[in-house]
Amino acid sequence: MSDWLHPALILALGALPLAILPQRARQIWQLALPIVVLSIVMGLENGTQVTIELAGLELTPLRADGLSLVFAYIFALILLIGNIFALQVDDSAQHVAATLYAASGLGAVLAGDLITLYVCWEVMMIASVWLIWRRRRQAAYDAGFRYLIVHALGGMLLLAGIIAHWQQTGSLAFDAFTTTGPAFYLILVAFLINAAAPPLHAWMPDAYPEASVTGTVFLSAFTTKTAVYVLARGYPGTEILIWIGVFMTLYGVTYAFLVNDIRRLLAYHIMSQVGYMVAGVGIGTALAISGTAAHAFTHILYKALLLMGAGAVLHMTGRSRLTDLGGLYRSMPVTFLLYMVGGLSISAFPLFSGFVSKTMIIEAAAVDGRGVVFLLMMLAGVGTFMSTTLKLPYYTFLGQDAGLRPTEAPLNMRLAMGIAALLCFLIGIMPGWLYAILPYPVDYNAYTASHLLKEAQLLLFTGLAFFLLVNMLGGKNKISLDLDWFYRVPGRHAVIALRDGISGADHQFRQGFMSLLRRGENYVSHLRLTGWPLRSWPTGSMALWTAVVLALLLVAGLRG
Amino acid sequence: MNLTELMPFSVLIPLIAAPLVALLPGRVAPWLVASASAISALAIAVATWIGVSQAGVLRYAFGNWPPPIGIEYRVDAANAFVALLITAMAAIMLIWGRATVNREVPERQGAFYALFLLAVSGLLGITLTGDIFNVFVFLEISSLATYALIAHGGDRRALLAAFRYLIMGTVGATFLLIGIGFLYIMTGTLNMVDLAERLPAIGESRALQVGLAFIVVGLALKLALFPLHLWLPNAYTYAPSLVSAFIAATATKVALYVMLRFIFTVFAPEYSFSALPLAMAFTVLAIGAMFAGSWLALLQDNLKRLLAYSSVAQVGYMVLGVSFGTVLGLSASFLHLFNHGLMKGALFVAAGIIFHQTGSVRLDSLRGLGRVMPWTLTGLALAGLSLIGIPPTAGFISKWYLISAAIDAQQTWLVVLILLSSLMALAYIARLVELAWMQPRPADAPQVSEAPIGLLAPLWLLVLANFYFGIDTRLTVGGATAAAEALLGMGG
Repeated sequence: MSDWLHPALILALGALPLAILPQRARQIWQLALPIVVLSIVMGLENGTQVTIELAGLELTPLRADGLSLVFAYIFALILLIGNIFALQVDDSAQHVAATLYAASGLGAVLAGDLITLYVCWEVMMIASVWLIWRRRRQAAYDAGFRYLIVHALGGMLLLAGIIAHWQQTGSLAFDAFTTTGPAFYLILVAFLINAAAPPLHAWMPDAYPEASVTGTVFLSAFTTKTAVYVLARGYPGTEILIWIGVFMTLYGVTYAFLVNDIRRLLAYHIMSQVGYMVAGVGIGTALAISGTAAHAFTHILYKALLLMGAGAVLHMTGRSRLTDLGGLYRSMPVTFLLYMVGGLSISAFPLFSGFVSKTMIIEAAAVDGRGVVFLLMMLAGVGTFMSTTLKLPYYTFLGQDAGLRPTEAPLNMRLAMGIAALLCFLIGIMPGWLYAILPYPVDYNAYTASHLLKEAQLLLFTGLAFFLLVNMLGGKNKISLDLDWFYRVPGRHAVIALRDGISGADHQFRQGFMSLLRRGENYVSHLRLTGWPLRSWPTGSMALWTAVVLALLLVAGLRG
Repeated sequence: MNLTELMPFSVLIPLIAAPLVALLPGRVAPWLVASASAISALAIAVATWIGVSQAGVLRYAFGNWPPPIGIEYRVDAANAFVALLITAMAAIMLIWGRATVNREVPERQGAFYALFLLAVSGLLGITLTGDIFNVFVFLEISSLATYALIAHGGDRRALLAAFRYLIMGTVGATFLLIGIGFLYIMTGTLNMVDLAERLPAIGESRALQVGLAFIVVGLALKLALFPLHLWLPNAYTYAPSLVSAFIAATATKVALYVMLRFIFTVFAPEYSFSALPLAMAFTVLAIGAMFAGSWLALLQDNLKRLLAYSSVAQVGYMVLGVSFGTVLGLSASFLHLFNHGLMKGALFVAAGIIFHQTGSVRLDSLRGLGRVMPWTLTGLALAGLSLIGIPPTAGFISKWYLISAAIDAQQTWLVVLILLSSLMALAYIARLVELAWMQPRPADAPQVSEAPIGLLAPLWLLVLANFYFGIDTRLTVGGATAAAEALLGMGG
């Protein structure tokens, strides 16, 4: 009987009352529901498998094993934290969407067959777009629409891939894909779209910064991490994923340097961090897969923490551009400190959660004898520290005072950030707790002298470079002076050119893709106004068409 | 009375009730009698369907004249399945439509309901009969009734739409009659089974080829296959809500069924597909329909017209399934025939409710309506999900089977086209959602309120049916497969 307590189903059904409950009851429900689901997920035995027979197909809606459980735990947990953060929001559509979204994410990671996966995949798309649309701005509608189209395209590739796989192998079980042929690549591309792998990533930095303040927290947790899970399940050890992943880490970091919107900056870092996971999947050893799962776990927590911090700033000041912010430390000290915990975690600072998970993937690359991968990942780590932990907080909370004097974020927001920060810290100092739930038993110790030394050196020198830079800058015109300074240093020319080239290409590609979509929209509205497709056809032309079809059919038929 | 004798009454009850209803005064009595006869037809259709699934084929000879001479009703899994759709839709729509008819056809409702019953019995007659001339007669009964029903639309353009439909419908019916004439001259019989036995003996014959071509083109007109769909958008748009909803859910499906009956039962599929390039013609026209229909739907500024063009696209899916000429393809067609009836029924019912409450179905008047009429618009959006093919809805099952059939028939490139055109469906449905929920309600918009429960209940019944048949597919997939096997003569 307890087999039928599918957590995703309970969550999906539990989303419905949120639409009608009055505020106080809705808030209690919002807290109670994730706790119930979390306890159900915690109660799932490793190895549980529920199989049902539907329309002649054998479906496995529930499969709990080491890999899926890690993701299920963190999904349930982040729903609770996100809901606490969103308690004061008075918009039931957003709460229903967030809960359905979490339910479909949970359903996807627990799915043991491709049909269930596809169903959850599509529900996830429909539910998540509401989190973008509910920002209720024109830019958000447009971004949401583009998000929907891209994901629908991905969903269709997935469906085509699943059917092709089914026809080829006769099996719908969701295990590692061993066949070659169109099915393999169709499904892989569909998964990579959701993982925001370049060049299929344009939807993420486009849509995430436009989502509602609380919606972004959920968005950052589920879509890309579900993609990581399905990649880890379906494509472990696929060589090309290593390079895609490494490229993602550098690409995201590079572009994060150049953006001005704090949430867009963080969106690029999602891409960069997902890159580590994708690379981990590509390496495919037990250590790498465990590292991927661990990194997904910690990443969801610290990224949610960072986005909650950025969201709190946006919520209280109404601004999200680095150049409009500054000096918020005095007004929002708690937010600042909690944000910094997230920043130190994402940069893999020892004693924080990122350190114990990211180093696993890097170590896996090293053990596997992939020197270049190892070095490039370390390089991306430098960039992460530079922009998330130093640049963003410096220009938002420290730096030049922009004259903003908001009050501190509401209690529930601080509480949500506090819980996430506490978890980041606890995982950092007691990693054994996290290692215990990983898919493969790992014999890995993050706190060895060499790891500590390596990370500490890296971070210290990066920090030193940043603060040297900042001290030299002073003045008003930070950005251009910043570039000036770089230009004046010999040997940096190449780096700058490369960076600009990459960002230019990315920008062009993104612009090109988006303007294509926009041009389509414009053309449609133009046609709608000019009206020729709207007019009614005279009977004469209908009769003509009839005659044409008959004649063609007869001519072709009688000749043959 | 055993089932075989009961079966013809699903056609006869509405046919006999029609003149009775026409004479009834007032507004309540005609509606009550019409609904009662539709429900009893549904009950008989259900019984027939159960009987067929056990016994295989039911035959009933009218007036005890043995089949080759007299008219015979011959029901197998294929037409029992279609009859089930027609009667179920007629019953639900009639119960739902009373309030909309009161608003849109305030006077002489007796005549209106009588015509509606004639249309229902005509469609059922086409479906159940085993005699090709009888097909023509019932086609004319249902078509004439439909022209008159469309002309009842409140807009004056309804008259013109009805007139155009009349011209084109008559061309189609004439083509069909010419084809039937050719067959009768060549074989001397009008009974379908009899024809199927005698036709192979004739062998190569120009006359037969031409006859088949006339029949296919005539019926393609009735089922609004691109580019013969030009009558459909206006007819659906300007008809009264009840009529749009009913014919959108059934009329083109019946035409498709008859076409399949001719291609697969009367002529053997081996003959049809070799005598005329049907596989190619259907593939090309179906692709044209899928894209032209979806594309034009994107451009519309009227909800009913948008849905009408989307129907053109969806007919493309059904015909595409036929073009494969396989059991799987044919099952996909039948499945989509049923599922599309469900989803388009729900969508047109929602459009009817919107018209009833706001007095307009222009897309502009949908602005911000989601907050004012949440139940109606949510129903519309959910039925829209089914139209796109998002799981777990009936539309997803259709898409799944159609794609499977395409891959099975080694036409993998069609999968891309199917998916692209469903992406276009997503675009026009998302536009409706955007208008209803994202746009603010204009300040000068008329005051409207949510529809009464009597209008909403049938809508939600259809919406939930879309979800139910997206999860439990035993009835739909089983029925469609049995229908396809019956047509291909494999199920006995």
